[in-house]
Amino acid sequence: MADPIAQFQIKKIVTLGHIGGHEIAITNSSLFMMAAVAIITGLAYLATTKRSVVPGRVQSLVELTYEFVANTVRSTAGNEGMRFFPLVFSLFTFVLVLNLLGLIPGFFTVTSHIAVTGALAVLVILVVIVYGIYKNGLKFFKLFFPSGVPLFIMPLITLIEILSFLSRPLSLSVRLFANMLAGHITLKVFASFIGLLATSLGVAGWLLGVLPFGMLIALTALELLVAFLQAYVFTILTCLYLNDAIHPGH
Amino acid sequence: MATNAHTEVPGGKKAPFPPFQGETVASQLFWLAICFAALYVLLSRILLPRIGGAIAERNTIIESDLAAANRLKNESEAAQVAYEKNLAEARAKAQALASESQAKAAAEAEAQRKQLENGLKTKLEAAEKQIASTKTAAMSNVRGIAIDTTGLIVERLTGKAPAQQSVERAVDAALH
Repeated sequence: MADPIAQFQIKKIVTLGHIGGHEIAITNSSLFMMAAVAIITGLAYLATTKRSVVPGRVQSLVELTYEFVANTVRSTAGNEGMRFFPLVFSLFTFVLVLNLLGLIPGFFTVTSHIAVTGALAVLVILVVIVYGIYKNGLKFFKLFFPSGVPLFIMPLITLIEILSFLSRPLSLSVRLFANMLAGHITLKVFASFIGLLATSLGVAGWLLGVLPFGMLIALTALELLVAFLQAYVFTILTCLYLNDAIHPGH
Repeated sequence: MATNAHTEVPGGKKAPFPPFQGETVASQLFWLAICFAALYVLLSRILLPRIGGAIAERNTIIESDLAAANRLKNESEAAQVAYEKNLAEARAKAQALASESQAKAAAEAEAQRKQLENGLKTKLEAAEKQIASTKTAAMSNVRGIAIDTTGLIVERLTGKAPAQQSVERAVDAALH
């Protein structure tokens, strides 16, 4: 049985050097990140070469994505949130394309590593904190002191609010990472059942292999949904947190 | 388990779970920063404004087309209203003309009828007068004939001519 964990192994291709004792290398992970950037910018570029009034397939796809993300930002963070539209659009497309690339058999899933999802989540929270303080000054910290709460439970509420704020990057990153990881392990396990049945039971195994194969097809469809859904969840939570930075105080 | 063969590193120790391998983090973060920064800059500086521009352009085209369609619709409606007004006017004019000419024809016919009637009346009167005069003339002739006849009859019956005056008296008595 093939190891379901091996697919997450990061393989060094070229070692570039060291920064502060940490090895910097071009790996399969970095190649897929570059591929994602190339795919997103390539599609966006193709969509804007003709700029026809009646859009073609690529232009339609890109413009649908544009309007989808724009509507998400506008409905959750308001018109002021549109200043973060490029950031939210980059996050959504980057995560979505990496998730979808990972679904292709044999391809590496960049978002199945907590380092990547964690870094993206920290980026979001840093933007929220920096912009929140820049825009609202000390009023930003009203986020931790909701109005209309009786004074005697205020310390408790404040503690809970601070904890919930601190857990945001954690939940944001772990949700995406765990979903990708679990999904790909499940896919791999069911796929290896087919080979296992064939090698151990012969012809009967080949026939029985139809069962995990059908399951694999259903799971792939599910993972396709999860890939989109997790990118969307990441995006909409980013918008909600940005909304807190723009309008602190509930 | 046979699976261990894949995750074992050359040293013989079991390799940690790949997402938690510390030595790969630096490379991942390095490339993530470069790739995401490149993506962000390309999208926010060049590509997103162009996509947004294309969408805005399309929206203005659609809006102006809709406005033009609306304007043309209003124009055609106004033309229809004008046409209907003209039609109604023409119809009213035609009706007035028709009723006028009808009244004129009726008046002419009436006058002609009256004239004809008057002519007929005078002719009738003249005829009646003639009839009356003829009648009186005939009546006076009748008296003469009756007197002569009476005289002759009496003469034949009696063989003797009666007196003219008595015959006249008898005839007058019979006639009245």
